[in-house]
Amino acid sequence: MTTALRTHELGKRYGRSRHWALKDCTLDLPTGRVVGLVGPNGAGKSTLLGLAAGMLVPTAGRIDVLGEAPSSGSEHLARVGFVSQDAPTYRGMSVADHLRLGAHLNPRWDDALVRERIDRLGIDPSRRTGSLSGGQRAQIALTMAIGKRPELLILDEPVAALDPLARREFMQDLMEAVAEQDLTVVLSSHLVSDLERACDYLVVLVDSQVRVAGDLEELLASHRRMTGARRPSDVGPAGHHVVTASHTDRQSTFVVRTGGPLVDPSWDATPLGLEDLVLAYLRGDASYERPRPTVEVVR
Amino acid sequence: MIEFHLDSRSGVSAYLQLVQQVRRALRLGLLSEGDQLPTVKDVARQLAINPNTVLKAYRDLERDGLVAPRPGVGTFVTRTLTDNTLAAHGPLRTDLQRWLSKARRAGLDDESIEALFMTTFRAASEEDIA
Repeated sequence: MTTALRTHELGKRYGRSRHWALKDCTLDLPTGRVVGLVGPNGAGKSTLLGLAAGMLVPTAGRIDVLGEAPSSGSEHLARVGFVSQDAPTYRGMSVADHLRLGAHLNPRWDDALVRERIDRLGIDPSRRTGSLSGGQRAQIALTMAIGKRPELLILDEPVAALDPLARREFMQDLMEAVAEQDLTVVLSSHLVSDLERACDYLVVLVDSQVRVAGDLEELLASHRRMTGARRPSDVGPAGHHVVTASHTDRQSTFVVRTGGPLVDPSWDATPLGLEDLVLAYLRGDASYERPRPTVEVVR
Repeated sequence: MIEFHLDSRSGVSAYLQLVQQVRRALRLGLLSEGDQLPTVKDVARQLAINPNTVLKAYRDLERDGLVAPRPGVGTFVTRTLTDNTLAAHGPLRTDLQRWLSKARRAGLDDESIEALFMTTFRAASEEDIA
């Protein structure tokens, strides 16, 4: 499998700060996926994405993007599209100027695609981007990033500042682009609901470290909430990896990554939704062990 | 052409909801042989959903022999699920109503009736498989 983004013990400190914005981050993201990067504010999501886009230089460790070090040259930059959190546009410039600039700077610029998208968005190309709504500016930034025909598209909190309708329209446009082009997408959000339908791969980042990473469906299939009579300690159901544990005087509840079939009838096992799965990893302090070679999900 | 809808609170995965909606449309006669399903790109856009999810649903339907892809054109219905059992529905419903009143007279509440029906239904399905 080819790799879109691979990091090894990647770390970043800003300036002379002693604080690690990202620490010991080891990841391997496959191509052809829509990867959701989730974590609370300050977990290091923007730092990781900035490093991947070649906007930041690592303090420690290694990072490869599409098999090369980021910022290894303009040719490599052309393969990566990046939209940072504030959907940057030049506010004094018109939409048409942006498109001319894009065409000038990007060797693989797809002018027909870009014009078609702007046309459908119903935005007058002569307008300055400073006079557009936040949603329209986000769409222009996405269109610019897609127009350069990248192999990897990195979006940092793309919909955080948008209202529900603009959010929906943005995600519709993004999913259409994924269907049309051979595109890997990595997008971050602190809201799981933004990612639920769009992503097929999940990375949970907490306190600058990766808590869990994997195929979304496999993760959902391999995690269960197990409830049963109160157990004496945090030792969960045998053979399963405990993510979180909680107890009342009568009952014990564990969220586990299953290590085999669920046979013990003294436990009641129910599947988890994406939101609960993410919350379990945000709350739990157990780190995720990488699973053994993927087990085929039996239906 | 049909239009898909997703219920994000149903707990059923998006992929399965797509499969179920096509099957239901086939059963109700909304789709019949030769009809085209919306393209993967259109569904991805309309629902703001990962195109791989749509592909997976269509592949599932293909495996069941219900649809077939025509490269470069789209995915088309190859078989319907409507059947000739509609005529039998009326008498069966009357039987069921009779059984329900009998169950109530015996003192079963809604929950017990549902539980009894589901366990019997499941047991019968398992016998059929075995």
